[in-house]
Amino acid sequence: MSMLALEQLVAGYGPIRVVHNLSLTVGEGEVVALLGRNGAGKTTTLKAALGMVRVSSGRVLYRSRDVTRLATHRRAMLGMGYVPDDRRIFPELTVRENLEVAIKRGSKNGRGWTSERIYQLMPWLKEIQRRRGGFLSGGEQQMLTIARTMMGNPEVLLLDEPTEGLAPHFVRLVSDLVKELKSSGTAVLLAEQNLRFITPLADRVYVLESGELRLEGTMAAMAEKQEVRALLAL
Amino acid sequence: MTGLASAASLFLLAVGLSLIFGALGIVNFAHGSFFALGAYFLFALTRGDAAGFWHYLPVAVAASLVVGAVVERVFMRRVLNRAEHYQILLTYALLLIIEDVSKICFGADYKSIGMPKGFEMPVFVLGIPFPSYYLGLVGLAAAAALLLWLFLHRTRYGTLVRAVAQDREMLEALGVNVPLLFTVIFALGIGLAGFGGAVSLPLQSISTGVAVDAVISAFIVVVVGGLGSIWGTLLGAILIGEIQAFGALVLPEFSIAFTYVLMAAVLLFRPWGLLGRPPAVRT
Repeated sequence: MSMLALEQLVAGYGPIRVVHNLSLTVGEGEVVALLGRNGAGKTTTLKAALGMVRVSSGRVLYRSRDVTRLATHRRAMLGMGYVPDDRRIFPELTVRENLEVAIKRGSKNGRGWTSERIYQLMPWLKEIQRRRGGFLSGGEQQMLTIARTMMGNPEVLLLDEPTEGLAPHFVRLVSDLVKELKSSGTAVLLAEQNLRFITPLADRVYVLESGELRLEGTMAAMAEKQEVRALLAL
Repeated sequence: MTGLASAASLFLLAVGLSLIFGALGIVNFAHGSFFALGAYFLFALTRGDAAGFWHYLPVAVAASLVVGAVVERVFMRRVLNRAEHYQILLTYALLLIIEDVSKICFGADYKSIGMPKGFEMPVFVLGIPFPSYYLGLVGLAAAAALLLWLFLHRTRYGTLVRAVAQDREMLEALGVNVPLLFTVIFALGIGLAGFGGAVSLPLQSISTGVAVDAVISAFIVVVVGGLGSIWGTLLGAILIGEIQAFGALVLPEFSIAFTYVLMAAVLLFRPWGLLGRPPAVRT
């Protein structure tokens, strides 16, 4: 069963349509990369999947359930998590409070992510747990954003360009986190332009250009295609 | 003492305004009307008899909370994402409507109530008698401030209230029912105003026109103290309360002017208020 499926999705802002007839699926425990240059429609696709951008036609299915008209917070409660590309931590809240905000009701059943488990994975985050979010470095903020979304125990994680502007050290940490999530069975839809970052992580790839799907296939098949490099302007 | 009592009343009035603006971004011109409404509710419930004060105070506050929730659901929700002038027009219309409805329901005459049970006798400070309820009012306001602070900083729901002011879209993406959160915050702000109006009734008679005076005072307090800061609102209320009390003693004809001079000075030198924070820059 696919965890997330977009069917013939048309989405955009007001009268402007950014994504045209896009269909894709993400299976259980699968890491699927959504590749494309800036402006290709990656962020709009992720936001439309979560209901943060208006869908004018097509459907969003979560575990085969049509959630196209469902409010964003309800989709999140069902198990969809979103990590935006512009970080968006709560700058006035402490690191610990940023994590606590994402705890969902009924998720305290001993399973899943807790702040203690997050701190085990990222011990340095515990050391700064009383610091305000606004005082963290870009890399720390990025890790906090991912950790915060993990606190909600998502079954599908929409990850928007997590390595953008990050130092190599943090890129490695993000990569390790994605592997950890994958091994725990979380499905990940990863929007990226960084081919080197996704190559060891992704199972399958979709390549977008101007809001339309140009190519799709397994990571292994796509990595060798010159066409992919051309679409990413590499 | 008079200044402290009026500071307590001003704090309860203004803190809800600050809370609502901080979280929802709504400038609530009708806030003074809800202060007046709390007082009217208590007066109507007790039929003007101070014997029922403590008994009916929770009922008056509960009624204010319900009014706040209904007003948010029916009216505020429609202007949340619209330009500020829609919000101002709507809340100003509410001020006028509540004023006229109050006049129809409760009459236009002055209403007051005696000192509540336990506070009938005066206290003497430096040999001067003061109503002991001055202390009662200060205690009630201090308790409300403490409880509100504990709620905002020690409970998860309080953390959500602080977070929603910073990024409501992200909070929704994390699974928080933001429309419900807005209703709770608005109701809480209105409940605090209603509580303020009700507990001020023994010291301050109420009639039409109180709402406008109250909202102006609330804005001054919030501007001086800093929008969105509880301690700022408390400091603003104490400063304004004391300035008005001392002004009335020393230079009665200029007492109102002192308040505005303070506000102008704060706006010139610290436009975000004494304890407010300058607008945060997102990194």
